[in-house]
Formats: sequence, structure tokens, C-alpha cells
Amino acid sequence: MTDAITVEHLSKKFDISKLRKETQFREALVNFAKRAIFRSKDFKEEIWALNNVSFSVGKGEIVGIIGRNGAGKSTLLKILSKIMYPTNGKINIQGRVGSLLEVGTGFHWELSGRENIYLNGSILGMRKKEVKSKLDAIVDFAEVERFLDTPIKYYSSGMRLKLGFSVAAHLDTDILFVDEVLAVGDVAFQKKCLDTMKDLRNSGRTVIFVSHTMSTVENLCPRVLWFDKGELRMDGRSSDVINHYISQFGEIEAKTKFDLTDVPNRQGTGIIRYLGIEFLTLDGEPKEHIYCGDGLKVRLYYKVNKPISKPEFYFNMKTDVGSRVTTFGTALSGHEIQTLYPGTGYIDVDIEFFNILPDRYYMNLWINTCDVLITENDINHDGIDCGAAINVEVPNSNQLSNELEKTCGLANKGFDKWWGVMFIPCKWNFQGLHTSNILTKNV
Amino acid sequence: MGNNVTAATKFGFIKEFWQYRELFYFFIWRDVKVRYKQTVLGALWAVIQPFSTMIVFTIFFGKFAKMPSEGVPYPVFSYSALVPWTFFAGAVGNSGNSLIGNSDLLTKVYFPRFAIPASAALSGIVDFFIASLILFGIMIFYHIPFSWSLMFWPILVIPLIILSLGLGMVFSSLNVRYRDIKYTIPFIIQVLLFITPIIYPISILPERYQRLAALNPLTGIIEAFRSTVIPNKNVDFLLLAVSITVSLLIFLLGLAYFRKTEKEFADIV
Repeated sequence: MTDAITVEHLSKKFDISKLRKETQFREALVNFAKRAIFRSKDFKEEIWALNNVSFSVGKGEIVGIIGRNGAGKSTLLKILSKIMYPTNGKINIQGRVGSLLEVGTGFHWELSGRENIYLNGSILGMRKKEVKSKLDAIVDFAEVERFLDTPIKYYSSGMRLKLGFSVAAHLDTDILFVDEVLAVGDVAFQKKCLDTMKDLRNSGRTVIFVSHTMSTVENLCPRVLWFDKGELRMDGRSSDVINHYISQFGEIEAKTKFDLTDVPNRQGTGIIRYLGIEFLTLDGEPKEHIYCGDGLKVRLYYKVNKPISKPEFYFNMKTDVGSRVTTFGTALSGHEIQTLYPGTGYIDVDIEFFNILPDRYYMNLWINTCDVLITENDINHDGIDCGAAINVEVPNSNQLSNELEKTCGLANKGFDKWWGVMFIPCKWNFQGLHTSNILTKNV
Repeated sequence: MGNNVTAATKFGFIKEFWQYRELFYFFIWRDVKVRYKQTVLGALWAVIQPFSTMIVFTIFFGKFAKMPSEGVPYPVFSYSALVPWTFFAGAVGNSGNSLIGNSDLLTKVYFPRFAIPASAALSGIVDFFIASLILFGIMIFYHIPFSWSLMFWPILVIPLIILSLGLGMVFSSLNVRYRDIKYTIPFIIQVLLFITPIIYPISILPERYQRLAALNPLTGIIEAFRSTVIPNKNVDFLLLAVSITVSLLIFLLGLAYFRKTEKEFADIV
């Protein structure tokens, strides 16, 4: 197999101090004079976005790239696409390259849909002839035929995204670099986008795909590269790499009590902060294990630094592949909290019936307020990614399991993550034998 | 290497630019189209700018200041210089701001970066030709005979493009790094308007200063434009040659600076 892409000892350095300072020409002049007179050394703040990365990708391979924010994924894609220049290292690419880092790059709002298809297509590297021959397919895919000659400023944002993706989907190059541009539009269109991506697998093209959604990566890419702090951490079969990545990603130990006072990288204004999260019994007693079907009280400890009106508390649950299971939020349950004044406190949420199947789950926590007066946007005050992890366990006493069986029909066999992330209480009623196949017809 | 585009060799970028010529054409097409689409007056804008300036100049410099105008009515004298000047000022201004105006393109797709300031500079060419048509109307109005030398009018736009491209490349790449360059471009253009023989004929300058003025590449080009219109005014070939040489030098320096800095556009824009 010949290699389509070879990357050798690739590094990219960003000089942050240079980016931040001297954005004005006169400042640059002043600093230059200062350096000349005082011979002071420049204070340098450098970041290696990529550090000595080497790998190769064979012709026709589909490779996924995963890693946390700031791991260097986007920088790598930009260097491969020649948008950025590497500081060190070599790249060799065999074949015509197309890169999709954004949907609808270069769209001009005053131009019509048709004109933008040509413009965008040519920006992505298509020939005019090529766009012309694919125009019908593009328009069809984007579902915009009625508005083809309307300036896209009158389009809804969803329509613009669809149009952008359609042009991109018809880019026909040997090598394709794709950033996570998939999740665009409504659900039906998203599915269409994913199907298009799946078709890539059979097209014999070489694809490098950057994504945060583990399930998508696992679905699309047989091979995955994991980047961590600018370095290639792991390269291998997608399921292996993803499992390693996840075990690292969920490095927090599963417990029932978490101290959140010293969490790094938290977001938000800091007017109000989470201090901790604790899982209790419904009676408020400490709990060591969380069982499927339990009654659960989740206690959120917080500290208010400045008076805050109507804060909304949220936390969600995610699986180890990052899919959201559910979100708990005061505002989601219609519970409004009045103004809170500086001090500490806690808020409880009672979950009568925790019908989540045994597995490990991760929690994001955040606090928002809604700026009703001006923008109607949410303002984020605290945000913690993966602040807590819990193991939901199989109920250990037969009695409990029998209880569950009686009340909601969940038998021992059902306590397996193979079935999903949750079960819905239900009751089966056998209605006897029928000789013909009927579906409540003529009943 | 396969058939992928490479700009690694010294002159590879020329070949590469050729491969991206359609995109270049689309950029110009976009700018022209958007300009005429967004305005009520459309193509009239191309004319209004030099024409109204000509009227103001005629009133203040022609009528009140009694500026000599080389044997033709002052409106013909000033408008014949204002048409190329308007193109130049627009080209330098547009291309000087073009890179920061297209920062989304710079960080999301690859194409020869040169296409952005170049297309921004060239998109004014349509305006130039529309404004030129009005010039011929003004000449007919004042009974100025058309001479064979008028054939050079459209050709002279080439050195003007080269000059504005050179300046545009320097300004646009400086603009990416230093955001206050944006404010200096109009100022520089304004100064150039006064040190170039547009309002006045070069002959009113003392001999010594005429030689100095020749170093301004606009002088020779604008003078040449004017000589294609004014009867009995001969093209000063030496002056034009100096201007073209200086323009080419500015272009090459601009290109070299642009090529040197374009590598970090995506990092800092």
C-alpha cells in the first residue's frame, strides 16, 4: 500500500507573547526602540501546539483524530491543508487535496444561493465545470431549489448550513481533511450528513477526520490517532485507542462525593461556584453505592460570591463515549430560585427512581442565569467538565431486585449495559394465541 | 511528489497561481457583483466619485485659483487624471484592507494568498472603464479631438495596476500584524493626491522639484494618461520609463515582503 500522507517530525510553535503584544504599529516601533536602547531581552511565551509528530496514512485509509481541546488536532489539520506553516518537520502528500474545516466558507450574504455555490465550490478547489455538472445534485441535496436565486441573507441559518454542507459533500478529491462539520441542521439533515460521511468509506478516498464524538469516530474510522498536548499519544485500531482515551478522559475515580473547590479549567463568571456534589439516599443519608433503580438525592453545594438573581443549576450525565444520557436542571423542572446572597449553601434534587442501567457515567455541572432583559442569552457562571463520575451497580440483594421486578418489570437479566443506558418501566400482558397475524385490525 | 500543488520552489507560486486562476476570477467577480448589487445607484457610483471631484476641483482650482491646464478646459484636464487616480486610490485602499476583511478565508481554506489583495485591487477595473467612457463624453462636449494616442489609455492601466498591487500587498500584510495601519492608508493616499500632478500640471513645479516628482511613480503614469487626451501634449517617455521602473521595483519588493509574511497570516489574523 502506498502512503497518501507522510508526516515526519512535524512541530508547530506559537509565540503567544508575540500574538498578544505589538498589534499596533506604533507599539512595535516603541518596543523596537526600547530593545535597542536598553538591550532588554524579549519575554517569550511559547506553546508547542504540535511536538515532533510523525505518522503516515495509506491510500484509501480513513483515519480519525481525537483528543481534548487544545491537543493540536485543528492545528494539524490546518498544517496538512497548507493553511498554516509548520515550524519544523516535513509533510508529503500524494494526490489532490480538499479540506473542509468549516461549512460555507466564503459565503457572501448578498449573493444568491446559486452564486454562492459557485463561489464556495471554487474556494474549496472545484473547477467551474465541475460545479456546473454537479449543480443539480448540490441543490437537490441542500433542499433549496425554491430559493436558488434568492440572496442567502434571506435564508435561515439552517438553510445556509445545508447549502454549505451540500457543496462540500460534492467535493471530489483523492484526499479529504474533515473537521467536525457534521452536526449541522436539523436531525433529518444530520443523518443525511452522516450517511454521506459513511459513503466516503467505500469511495476509496483517503480521509482524515477530526471529531469529538467518539461514537461517530468509531463508526467511521477503522484507525484512530489520539493527540494529547501536541503529541501523538496513540495510534491504532479505533476501539483500542478510544477505550484508552476514555479511561484517561475519565481519570476521576467513581465516588459518591466530590469536592469541586479546586477544579482546573472551569468556565463562567465565577459569581457563583459549585463547591461539591454528593449522592445521598432519599432520606439524606450518605451512600456508598449507587444501584440501578435506587432512590437518590443529589446534593449540590455552592458558594455565592456576589448577589445573583434566579440562578439555574444544571448537571448532566454522559456515557464513557460522551453521549448525553440526560440533563437535570432547576429550570428544566420549572423550579425558580430567587436571588441568592453571598454565602454558601446547597440545593437538593430528589430522584425517586434512578432507572439507569449499570455502567460508569460522567457528569458536567454548570450554573447559568438568563439575561431576560437584554439579550435573552444565557450567562454562564460556573462550568465544570467531568466534575463527577459514578458507577451505577447491579442491585446486590435479591430482595431489591425482586422489588424492581414487581414494580417495573426489570429482571436480573436486564441489568446489563448491553441493553442500553436506561430502562423504561413497563408491564407486559400476554393476550393468548392468535391464528392469524393481526395488528389491532378489526378488533 | 504527486500532482499536488507545491509552492516550495522559488517560482512555484506562479505555477500555483495559474492553477488557482478560476478562484482569482471568482473573487473579482464577487467583489464587482456585490458592489453593484448593494447600491441603489449601481454602476453610477463608478462615475460619481471622479466626476464630482472634478466639479469641485474645477470650481476651486480651475475657476478661483486659475490653475493652468495645458491648453484644454480644466474639467478635461482634471478628469483625465482623476479617472486613473480614483482607480489607484480604490485599488490600494481595497487591497490594503483585503486580508483582514477575509480573515475567515485565511484560516479555513488554502489558496495562494496573493489572490486576495490582487482581486481586491483589480475589482475596480470595471469602474475604471465606465468612468473612462464619461471622459470621452466630456471630450466630445468640449470639442477635444480624439487622437490616435488615446489607444494607449487602456494600456496605461497596466503599470497603474502593478503599482497599486505592490503597495496593496505591503499594506495588506502589514495590516494583518498591525491593526493601526488601517488608519494610515487613507492618510497616505491623501498625501499622494497632492504630491502627484492631478490638480496642477507638472510644469508649474520648478525644474528641481520636477525631477524629484519624477520619483513618485504616479507622476509619470498620470502624466502619460493625460497626454493621450490633451492634443499637442507629447508623452514624456523618459518620465514614463522611470515611473514604470519604480512601479516594478515597488511591486517586486511588495511581493517579496508578502511572500515572506504570508506564512504567518493564519497564525495571527
